[in-house]
Order: sequence, then C-alpha cells, then structure tokens
Amino acid sequence: MQSNMSALERATPLIFIVLFVIGLAAPFFIYPTFLMKILCFGLFACAFNLLLGYVGLLSFGHAAFLGTAGYVCGWMVRDLGLTPELGILAGTLAAGALGWIFGTLAIRRTGIYFAMITLALAQMVYFLALQIKATGGEDGLQGVPRGHLFGLIDLSDNIAMYYLVFAVFCIGFFIIYRTIHSPFGQILKAIRENEPRAISLGYDVAKFKLLAFVISASLAGTAGATKTLVFQLASLTDVHWHTSGEVVLMTLLGGLGTVLGPLVGAATIVSLQSELADTVGSWVTVIMGAIFVACVLAFRRGIVGEIMALVRRAGIR
Amino acid sequence: MSEFVLETAGLTKEFKGFVAVSDVNLKVRRGTIHALIGPNGAGKTTVFNLLTKFLTPSAGTIHFEGRDITHEAPALTARRGMVRSFQISATFPNLTALENVRIGLQRRLGKHFHFWRSTKSLAALDDQAMALLESVDLAQFAHTVTAEMPYGRKRALEFATTLALEPSMMLLDEPTQGMGHEDIGRVVEVIRKAAANRTILMVEHNLSVVADLCDRITVLTRGSILAEGDYAEVSKNPKVLEAYVGSEDMSDAHH
Ligand SMILES: Nc1ncnc2c1ncn2[C@@H]1O[C@H](COP(=O)(O)OP(=O)(O)OP(=O)(O)O)[C@@H](O)[C@H]1O
Ligand SMILES: [Mg+2]
Repeated sequence: MQSNMSALERATPLIFIVLFVIGLAAPFFIYPTFLMKILCFGLFACAFNLLLGYVGLLSFGHAAFLGTAGYVCGWMVRDLGLTPELGILAGTLAAGALGWIFGTLAIRRTGIYFAMITLALAQMVYFLALQIKATGGEDGLQGVPRGHLFGLIDLSDNIAMYYLVFAVFCIGFFIIYRTIHSPFGQILKAIRENEPRAISLGYDVAKFKLLAFVISASLAGTAGATKTLVFQLASLTDVHWHTSGEVVLMTLLGGLGTVLGPLVGAATIVSLQSELADTVGSWVTVIMGAIFVACVLAFRRGIVGEIMALVRRAGIR
Repeated sequence: MSEFVLETAGLTKEFKGFVAVSDVNLKVRRGTIHALIGPNGAGKTTVFNLLTKFLTPSAGTIHFEGRDITHEAPALTARRGMVRSFQISATFPNLTALENVRIGLQRRLGKHFHFWRSTKSLAALDDQAMALLESVDLAQFAHTVTAEMPYGRKRALEFATTLALEPSMMLLDEPTQGMGHEDIGRVVEVIRKAAANRTILMVEHNLSVVADLCDRITVLTRGSILAEGDYAEVSKNPKVLEAYVGSEDMSDAHH
C-alpha cells in the first residue's frame, strides 16, 4: 500500500508537467472559448473541493462567490475602466470578503445546517443581484470589454485571452495545491478526520474552517471574475443556485478530495453540456440529474478517484 | 502554586431532566495519578466532558491551576495544559502514525495557519515525533496509515500525540479498555513514565491497574461521589462494594 502511494506521488509531478504542456498547446487544436470555460469552471470546482474534499464542509452557496466576483470585475472594468488584471483582483477580494461574512455566520454549524445556511445566504445575494441597479438585473452586465492586460496586451485576441485564463488557472490551482499540502492543510485534514480530537489538542477548529472558507471563496471569485472577462458578461446565471449545484456535481463526478478531480469533472460537464445542448435541448437537466444519481449511488470515488484506486490495486498485484 | 491542580465545586450536569453528574466536588493533587472509577453509566465520561469543556455544566465551577475555566472554549483549556484522551480511541485514521504525532507537535510550533508553506517545513518536527513514537514503542509503525494499525497500538499512538503537547495534566478515559494482557502492561509503564512530571486523572475499570498506578481514587455512582481515598481505603469501603453489586472484584462486576 505504502510503496504504491508513493509511486502515485512520484508520478504526480510528471502528470502535472504533461497537463501543463497540453494546456499550452490546446488552443491550437480546440476552440479557445470552450477551453476557457473549462478552465474557469475547473478553478471554481477546485476551490469548492478545497472545502468539501479537504475540510468536509458542503457549501451550497458557492455560486454567490463566482457571481459576485463576476459583477464586481465587470463593473470595475466596464464602468470604472480598470485593467483586466485589476478587475480579477478586485473580484477575488470581493468574493473573499463575502466568504468571510458567509463563513462567520455558517462555520459553527455542520452537515446539513451548514449547507442550508450557505444556500440561504447565497439566495439573498441572488435576490440582491436581481433587485439592485448596478448588476443590470435580468440583463446582467453586458459588453464588458476584455481590455489590455497591464495596459499592454490586447485580450480581444482569443489566444492572448486563453493564456491569461490558463495562467490564472495555474496560479489558483497552485495556491489550492499548496494549501492542501501545507502545515495548515495538515490541520484541516486532522479536523476532517476527527474534529473532537483536533479540539482536544487545542486547535480552534472554527478559525481553521473559516480561513479555508475564505481561501475557497476567494478563488471561486477569481474564477468568476475571469469568466466575466472571457464572456464579456456577468449575469444572474452565475449567482443562481443551479450553479452552486453544478459545482457539487463537477466535484463529485471528477473525484472528491482528489487534486485533479474537479478539473476533470468540470471538463466533463462543460463538454457534455455543449454537446447535448444542440442535440437533446432541455433534456440536459435530466441527464445531469441522472449522472448525479449515478455518482452518488455507484461511483462514489469519481473519475480520478476510480483511476487512482485502479492504479493502487494494480500495484498490489 | 496551589496544592490542587484541578478543583470542581458543585459540578452538575443535567440532560433533559436526567441528572448525569450531581454536585461533584473533585480535587486533584498536583503530581499524582488520580483514578475516577464507578459502574457503567456512573457519569465518568460526562465528568471528563465537563472538565475539558466539551459539555457546559448545568451548575458548578471548575478551576484549573487556580483559574476559573468554567466558561472557556475547549481548545483554550487544552492550550492551558489540560489535555484529554477519549474512551473510543481518537486518532486521525488516514494520516500515518508520524503525521498523527506531528499534529500534536505542530500546535507548539505555531505554523498552523501557514497555508503558503510546503508540508516539508514540518520535517523539522520529525525527530521529535520519532522520539515520541519510540517512547510508546511505535517506531516501526511511523509510516503506517493509522487505520491499518492494531487497536492497542492506536491507543498508544493517541497517547503519544497527547504527550506531544507536553500537557501539565492528562485526562485518560479508560486507557486499557479492550486490551490484552501484554498491551495493558505496556500502557501501565507508559502512563507511569508520563506521570513523572505531570498530573493524571484517569477513568479505569481494571482494578489491578488502578491499584498499581493510582495514588488516590474517587468512586462515582449515579453521578455523585460515593467515596474517596487510597486503594486500601476504597476497596474496603462497604458502600463501594455494594455499588459494584456484591462482587469482590469490581472489574468483574463491570464486564
Ligand atoms: N449527551 C447525552 N445526552 C443524554 N444523556 C447522556 C449524554 N451523555 C451521557 N448521558 C447519560 O449520562 C449517563 C452517564 O454517562 P457516562 O458516559 O458519563 O457514563 P460512564 O461512567 O462514562 O460509563 P461507562 O463506564 O459506560 O463509560 C448515562 O446514563 C448516559 O446515558
Ligand atoms: Mg465512559
């Protein structure tokens, strides 16, 4: 068991390098906008997974962070004329601040109560977004210019935009990876495995959960702000509870608590949606629902989780 | 420094009308091994939960090192130096034995909010962690995932993790429960060693362990203190014998 674990661990840098190279080459083979969508949702799901997979907290309100950051970034770039990198930064900080508020209110609850409070708070954000003028209500913020990165690089070029998104994803992914594999991440694992024991060792578990929540919300915001620049639009869809559900599905499908699972899950769902939208129309929702049920009932480890289990088992023989 | 590390006054806990702990005045003398014994359901674990703040008392006060800790958060009480074990072994099952102990050590290292550092920065703790594992005979399990360790060894690991905090007082809830003869002998030695420079309060059903280790014994029945004294006094007390349903050997009565 042990040696196989480390065999997998030894292969990890290699897998990352291969994926990185694929990421660099991909826009020359696949439609960049599609790839950018996958990367944005991939980062969103990775951020969500930090919470569910590594702390065991099911947030059902993560769309609030994705959407709020999108609005903040869209507004700052379109109406205040900020450069795109500052727009992304502002969106990230706004989502982080909102995450701190959500976290402070919800963190002492566990299980279903935690999920319900985050859902309720996210619904409040949704209704605010629907009501106030600054968000454009049903229309959203349209015509957000991509602008010039650092005032220099024109992002209306899809390839240039792709590399920005790719860089943002890599940075976000690295932050999550590092958080998981840090002294702080060790305590998070301890809390997930045995919370009373972690308390009895003197750790204020609420503070650890809150910091994890803020990191997760911030990076979900990074994804949302970036997505707004890609599609030049911030809309109600991104703050809708459907999106909160979708990120749960992506994470479960890809592999809860695995580093790459959420990206794989996001890629699968985004691909399915774009394939199916043309062929089966509104049946997409039903098919997504069926996938969800299959994941929960028969396929709990998710795609990456199953692959890792296979590799480990093969190693034993 | 006061003679008593831990003192409770009128400690009481009610669960929806059922009084699990009733007016308990417990004093634990510095540097001793103090046993808390009593039949099943007497309220021993509840007392531990109250002392370590995992439950809030319905009435009464708790003083630790002269300080009123009655309304403190459990993690803070742990940081003050009173650390407990659990009746059901409490480890982190998917971490290795070494990582388990390191979780204890990390508290004093103070880097626990550093999410930007690599786990490699914890390697500085490995020597200390190994030494702790060795002190409970677990060196060969250092890199084993805890879930795969035998039960007795998990308890030893829990003990090592607690020791990592260098607590001034340890609360042990049935440290020998479910163990074979050999394991019990090992645990007794480990406790004796750990008691050299700290105070220990332990719940224990095995009376030969109690007789062997403990300086003072408090007997709890139905939430109240029935008797207190050294082993010779307590084991001759007719009320105590009666509470253990007429059996000579109290540990037999329990199982
Ligand atoms: N959270 C709770 N809610 C309601 N009743 C409880 C709770 N915790 C304990 N009790 C009750 O309080 C009484 C004392 O339980 P406790 O676990 O403290 O006993 P104990 O002396 O540790 O017993 P054992 O030797 O079996 O471990 C029992 O009757 C138990 O059912
Ligand atoms: Mg008990």
